[in-house]
Amino acid sequence: MDSTIGIIGAILTLSGSIFIFLGALGLVRMPDLFNRIQAGTKASTLGTFLSLIGLLIITPQWWGKLILLMIFILITNPVSSHILARAAHFIGVPLADKTVTDKYKEEEKTFSIKDEIKNDTHD
Amino acid sequence: MINKILFIAAIIMLLAILLTLYRFIKGPSAADRLVAFDVMTVSSLALIALIANFSSRVIYIDVALVYGLLSFLGVIIVSRYLERGL
Repeated sequence: MDSTIGIIGAILTLSGSIFIFLGALGLVRMPDLFNRIQAGTKASTLGTFLSLIGLLIITPQWWGKLILLMIFILITNPVSSHILARAAHFIGVPLADKTVTDKYKEEEKTFSIKDEIKNDTHD
Repeated sequence: MINKILFIAAIIMLLAILLTLYRFIKGPSAADRLVAFDVMTVSSLALIALIANFSSRVIYIDVALVYGLLSFLGVIIVSRYLERGL
């Protein structure tokens, strides 16, 4: 019962659960919404992926559904975190005090200046 | 041996879900609660897969798949609503 491959899979699952725990700890400790998105979503994606790989090694007869679940997580989790960050930036969630730069706002500012120049030349 | 290690992993995942529940209750804005919801559902998806291994039933993996699909849809719909795009 205690084969070496099964113990390797169990240790992979354990390391995945440690990654999930660190992501949740970052979700509590980080000062800002965007830092929380960084810490939580990436770490939970890697942790869930690692623990599903460990379960795949332990029980290889379930490979179809486990691989489907892994592909699903790998596609949908970054998409949802990106849409969340975009919505949070548009509704004006405040940044932390230690924030140095905000590239998105600078980009918007330069684009609006270019549009004003274009409108002036047209007039 | 394998079952002991998997049981420790399940307890650590449960602690992680409790931490995200703290952020879900306390979070200052609605977007914080949405991030906490996202992390909580993905973590509990791994926990459901572990429970499927404990009770050795394949059908629980389907439950995890549908749960992840509903969480993805919920996060996208609520964030579009916060953005006033819906």
